[in-house]
Amino acid sequence: MVSKPVAHDQHGAEHEEAHASDQTYIRIAVILAIITIVEVIIYYVPSFRPVLVPVLIVLSVAKFATVVGYFMHLKYDSQVFRIMFIAGLVLSLGVFVAMLAMFWTVNSYQPFIGG
Amino acid sequence: MATAIEVVTAHGAGAASHGGDDHSDHPPPSAGVNSRKMLMWLFLASDCMFFGTLIATYMTYRNRSIELQMPPYPNEIFDIPYTSVSAFVLLMSSLTMVLALSAIKRNDHRGLRVWISATALLGAIFVGGQFFEFTTFAREGLTLSSNIFGSSFYVLTGFHGTHVTIGVIWLLTLLFVSLRGGLSSEKALDVELAGLYWHFVDIVWIVIFTLVYLVPYANPPEGGAEAAPEALIQLMTLGQRLLATLPF
Repeated sequence: MVSKPVAHDQHGAEHEEAHASDQTYIRIAVILAIITIVEVIIYYVPSFRPVLVPVLIVLSVAKFATVVGYFMHLKYDSQVFRIMFIAGLVLSLGVFVAMLAMFWTVNSYQPFIGG
Repeated sequence: MATAIEVVTAHGAGAASHGGDDHSDHPPPSAGVNSRKMLMWLFLASDCMFFGTLIATYMTYRNRSIELQMPPYPNEIFDIPYTSVSAFVLLMSSLTMVLALSAIKRNDHRGLRVWISATALLGAIFVGGQFFEFTTFAREGLTLSSNIFGSSFYVLTGFHGTHVTIGVIWLLTLLFVSLRGGLSSEKALDVELAGLYWHFVDIVWIVIFTLVYLVPYANPPEGGAEAAPEALIQLMTLGQRLLATLPF
């Protein structure tokens, strides 16, 4: 199998990545700071206890994705980088889930129980 | 295999037609992407797995010291407001890092130096804060060998702190190179690679802050160690003897 040669124009286009402006970066940082404040506030609100873990995980994933997408430019960069990073992330998540599942099954151990 | 050869060959021709002037500090790209950047992303992917296993280990043992009734317990010693400020500091250092990259792309050398210095300073504040946290915990009785929570906590956050320290050294090196006039917009990739590493350190802390500090722990037991079953006390004694043999 022979792929199409990569044209130099395409290579040039990748050097001219459409990155966000400084104002956008500042706006994103403000959003990230607000999410962090929300995380800490809900930690102290007793009525949030039943849904605290899923809410914290959702907020954490949102922060993670925002930093990777905008500050690390993965949103604008080559798909090759995206695939590489997501592959590493999926593998580490696999290890994470497998390890917790193993301890959960063998020892009836539940790491998220508390509060 | 034929695919890779074909792609590299086509690129080589493209670069040659440009005279290679604007790519002098870039290795020959393959598959349409810069090789140095690709290596950095590969490293970050592997580091994901490194921290993934450390976090998984911590999550496995996070409540175990409470079950085994081996204080100090995490919910007794964590200072959430203090760690929240540390998390905020590291988050803001990501902003200053991305502004440093933006500045060098505009050939704004003063902007680069200001933002790189700010990033290194915020990173140093974070590491200093972590050092203070560790010493406070140690004074409260939590050491690397006091219980399984201490071991997994210090290994995970210690490795993260090491990453931040390496990042600060990298940033200071870039600042030094810039002050000697060695960084221009053509060398923005040098700053971008440091930035990728720095943002990665930040996203790892986002995960650690949530899973280690904010996700609640099991309630500490009412009674002392005497309340534990005989088998658990024996296990604790054995574990403590084993830990006592460790050289640190």
